[in-house]
Amino acid sequence: MSFLELHDVSKIYGEGPSQVHALEHINLQVEAGSLVAVMGPSGSGKSTLLTIAGSLEDPSRGDVMIGGLALSHMSRDDKARLRRRSIGFVFQDFNLLPGLTAAENVSLPLELDGLRAGKAHATALQVLDELGLADRAAAFPDELSGGERQRVSIARAVVGERRLLLADEPSGALDSTNGEAVMRMVRAACRQGVAAVVVTHDAQLASWADRVMFIRDGHMVDQTTQPMGPESLVARATQ
Amino acid sequence: MSIKHALLALLSEGPKYGLQLRQEFEAGTGEVWPLNVGQVYTTLQRLERDGLIESVDDADDGPQKGFRITAQGEEGLDQWLHTPPDLSQPPRDELVIKVLIALRVPRVDVSEVIQSHRRYLVELMQQWTRLKEDEANFDLSFALVVDAELFRIDSVVRWLDAADGRLKRAEFDKSFSGATGSQSAPGLPKMRRRVGVPR
Repeated sequence: MSFLELHDVSKIYGEGPSQVHALEHINLQVEAGSLVAVMGPSGSGKSTLLTIAGSLEDPSRGDVMIGGLALSHMSRDDKARLRRRSIGFVFQDFNLLPGLTAAENVSLPLELDGLRAGKAHATALQVLDELGLADRAAAFPDELSGGERQRVSIARAVVGERRLLLADEPSGALDSTNGEAVMRMVRAACRQGVAAVVVTHDAQLASWADRVMFIRDGHMVDQTTQPMGPESLVARATQ
Repeated sequence: MSIKHALLALLSEGPKYGLQLRQEFEAGTGEVWPLNVGQVYTTLQRLERDGLIESVDDADDGPQKGFRITAQGEEGLDQWLHTPPDLSQPPRDELVIKVLIALRVPRVDVSEVIQSHRRYLVELMQQWTRLKEDEANFDLSFALVVDAELFRIDSVVRWLDAADGRLKRAEFDKSFSGATGSQSAPGLPKMRRRVGVPR
């Protein structure tokens, strides 16, 4: 069953002759446990798609369903609660709060959702440990490397009962080794049942996905088919 | 792929038998370059003839015959490792040629041509990336082979993206200026002369 569904979604900014059609007739389904990459150049509408999928913005037309619930039927508060509980966001520039330690950054969404501070902190430490960051829990963002910061932002995105991970160029500012580490974490989250969408212009990053959708000028123009198993490559190379 | 230098590299670790060299060659290339025994022995014979290796024991000519690298062999290997391959001549890239030809076919949407190649390449990258997921069976040599393939294919996707962007800009400039000039592919003969693509 799809955890995230976009049905015929369009987004138009402005009015009259200055109208910009950022998205047009987008359909997207992401099953629990799967990773979908949306690949396109700058200005193709991929970040708009992510903000609409994450309920940060409303579509001009069409429906968004998360966990079977239509966002159009939800109040502002309901959507905020849904974001806190079910959706994790990862951005290229990390978006960590500079005055909080790594552990505090990760535990913040849990505390905002009403979990006691002690319990939230313990959960944050556990996630940081799983992501190999236990010894950096007390460090502030400016004491962390770029790769560590992005891993903390992923920890924050998957902590608690998050079911949907939305990432905008999550390895954009990182070298290939750290970028790969980030995508391994996203895949690990998917193996735990999280549905994930990564928007990117980077083919190497997109290639971690189960399915790659190609977006151009606000339209989904194409998508990959289910890739063959890797053994086919080795078989081809040894022929 | 230089089998000659790969064998010299393996022998630089110490004396080895022919069969052992074959196994280590395949393991060292992530088992994506199979080598038959005949290739190994022919190459070893040439290396011995050229004084780059010598037999450890002349009595045995079978698969258990051992070889060691000579000082001349070490020198040849070192020189080869530090000599960059000749990449100065642009290759005849079939994909580049297809896109250039698509520009000249009036009924063809070049963006669609580019996209169909992009999709195929990304699917190929997905397969290579799957190989990375199984970390337990992912040794260093194999990781380097997979990375090399991913970066190679990625560079082609980037070229397609750049070509797509360049075509869109050209289309925009054309409609913006309302120019009605020649329909021929822009600057092709000039560019060929400049970069020296072989005819």
